[in-house]
Amino acid sequence: MTGQPQPGVPILRLGDVLVTGLLNELDDRTAIAFTEELTERISAEGARGVLIDISRLEVIDSFVARTLMELTTVARLLGARVIVAGMRPPVAITLVELGIELVGVETALNPEQGMAALGWRQAPQPLEGARRGTSR
Amino acid sequence: MAPPGEYTLASRGAKRPARAENRRPPAPATYPVRTEEDLLTVRHAVRAATVEVGFGLVDQTRVVTAASELARNAYVHGRGGTVTLEYPREPGGRRGLRLVVKDEGPGIADLDAALTDGFTTGGAWATGSVALVG
Repeated sequence: MTGQPQPGVPILRLGDVLVTGLLNELDDRTAIAFTEELTERISAEGARGVLIDISRLEVIDSFVARTLMELTTVARLLGARVIVAGMRPPVAITLVELGIELVGVETALNPEQGMAALGWRQAPQPLEGARRGTSR
Repeated sequence: MAPPGEYTLASRGAKRPARAENRRPPAPATYPVRTEEDLLTVRHAVRAATVEVGFGLVDQTRVVTAASELARNAYVHGRGGTVTLEYPREPGGRRGLRLVVKDEGPGIADLDAALTDGFTTGGAWATGSVALVG
């Protein structure tokens, strides 16, 4: 890294759910800033759920795990349910082998399943103007 | 999606590309652990080293995670230090990766006993070193 401040990951709001993610380069400052921004958004927007995509995380060490646990606990105290989605299989294996705990952190295989757990349903809709009239 | 076998313990070394056997191992490299940014640098270097040696994805993740823990430990509790990457070679030709994490803390009573082959988890935390042979 060049030491430049990293751009924050955007936090999107979909109804009463906040959707965001973590970059692979998670250092202490980024983690703290992320937790602060997310909790502020939960409070300000009355979010009931938070989906955090972690598919970019190539490593979850005890620091990152602790960040996720604290974030989940703080969000819960604010009335929001956090789901962490998209953990890489090697990361899951390593967490178990090294005894790094993610106590109380709900997970989902991917963001889609995470959103479903937070109450979102995909409604089938016709795609407007998409491939209309194309023949096989 | 990788095949199921990619994520088993037995994959260690099995999927090592043949080319890794024939190349000259890189020279040992030492990285300082003084700042938060150094931790990222160390992670990148260790990741690159595991790729160089030919570890599979799971082993890469194991080693980088362990290195991250140790480097952070040196940074937070050991008043800073260094991480050295070495590329030992067994007589049979098997290539390995050795991480030596040193800090400015109280020290280790018996370093030789701490440096044993194989992936150790409990030992890794206690001794500040982890050796891997792939």
